[in-house]
Amino acid sequence: MQYMLIMTEPAEEFAKRDDPNEAGAYWGAWNAYISAMAQAGIIVNGDGLMPPHTATTVKVRAGKREVHDGPYANVKEQLGGYFVIEVADLDAAIGWAAMSPSASCAAVEVRPVMPPPSGGA
Amino acid sequence: MAEGGVREAAEHAARHSYGRLLSVLVRRTRDIAAAEDALSEALANALRVWPKTGIPDEPDAWLLTAARRAAGHAARRMGVQDGARATIEMMYETMSERLPPAFPDDRLKLLFACAHPAIDETVRTPLMLQAVLGLDAARISAAFLVQPAAMSQRLVRAKAKIRDAGVRFEVPEPGALDDRLQDVLAAVYAAYTVGWDMVGGAATGQGGLTAEALFLGRLVAALMPHEPEPRGLLALMLYSEARSPARRGADGAYIPLAEQDTRLWRTDLIGEAEETLREAAAFARFGRFQTEAAIQSLHVQSAVTGTMPSAPLLHLYDVLAVQSPTVGALVARAVAHGTHSRPETGLRLLDEIPASLAENYQPWWAARLHLMALCGDRAGAEAARERAMALTADKAVRDWLRARPAV
Repeated sequence: MQYMLIMTEPAEEFAKRDDPNEAGAYWGAWNAYISAMAQAGIIVNGDGLMPPHTATTVKVRAGKREVHDGPYANVKEQLGGYFVIEVADLDAAIGWAAMSPSASCAAVEVRPVMPPPSGGA
Repeated sequence: MAEGGVREAAEHAARHSYGRLLSVLVRRTRDIAAAEDALSEALANALRVWPKTGIPDEPDAWLLTAARRAAGHAARRMGVQDGARATIEMMYETMSERLPPAFPDDRLKLLFACAHPAIDETVRTPLMLQAVLGLDAARISAAFLVQPAAMSQRLVRAKAKIRDAGVRFEVPEPGALDDRLQDVLAAVYAAYTVGWDMVGGAATGQGGLTAEALFLGRLVAALMPHEPEPRGLLALMLYSEARSPARRGADGAYIPLAEQDTRLWRTDLIGEAEETLREAAAFARFGRFQTEAAIQSLHVQSAVTGTMPSAPLLHLYDVLAVQSPTVGALVARAVAHGTHSRPETGLRLLDEIPASLAENYQPWWAARLHLMALCGDRAGAEAARERAMALTADKAVRDWLRARPAV
């Protein structure tokens, strides 16, 4: 099955990306995690995302476009990236999620990817 | 073939084979709801066909084949989409497998799936009762004091989660086994204690599902012969069950352990509990349920001999408070210290329990009544009595609390 691992981070973690004292450890942890997944051959795709201050939220209400600065939910832990992985079951996906840097500093949501329509009928 | 004999055979199969058949059916599809439908269709078929053909030599294998066929038909009726296609393929694939000589039993995997950490804790016990024992939602909801519709909805949601999120149907690896096993055992124990009020750390005991919980307890102990904790849980439930005839007076009044007529205790169950606990202890790997069972063992022995070995008792409660610092365990520990060492110590331990856990927890207030009375604090005892009585729905327990002396 395919699962999306939705990685969140608090503001302090996002700040480490560009902090000369912290960036080495920050990226080192992510690179180690990503290469472990790559070696296991489970990554379908995935990306890190630019920090929440770059986000724009768009809604259309009554035909009118509403555009706002910032992410859709103003919470402490923000979306920082995602992976889609192919593993046997939820337990395997939870195992990989638990190893991510996000699991230790914020949280990871694990969601099954909708299977493609089988198209037979 | 007499109609009654067939019905009996089908009902016997239903009672003893339900969970086993279901566990085999869901092993690969993870679709508990579809397997339940298929199995009930197979059981209905058996009632129709067996009077004509006689009971088959292997009724379980017959039912399994019939259930797989029913599941296949149901999946095709749904129009072969997504999940349904997988169900059909799986059913026909497994149908062509030859049954191994010993009929398979995947109930342990099913139990671990029901008590999976990704499943909401409050629905794990109901899910086990339904999937392994075939209990209907109405019976379960009555025991859990929940509206039947609400219980059905929670069960449907949990089954959908297991199917759609791909919960694993396996016994966990050794590294994860201890934690996951505690979840399974806690869910079984919750079936035993559902609907119980606790007074002074002891269960008042009028459970609606105690027989079912004992069945599950025996099942897990039998299926995990190399683990001590399932035996610990079984021993704990057996000690409690042994005392159930003495827990209520003829008028339904609640009788606490210390005042029970020990001649009413079931010595067969106490013997089985002692033996089961000894087997568990032989592993020398201790855990929460063995500790709780050992505490019960001391209580039973002391009620018979009239003397409580208080040092071992207090030690066991201290160990339990580390192994499993639930509010129930902490309250029971405070009562034990207050009763068997100094009342002030018990009161101090009671006050150390965070107020957020204590304030609406009836046993905390019942324990406070007991300890305040031992300390000679009449006003404190009366205040605690009022709260404890307000927090129980059981009239017999309220009557008992009302009659407690305040000093």
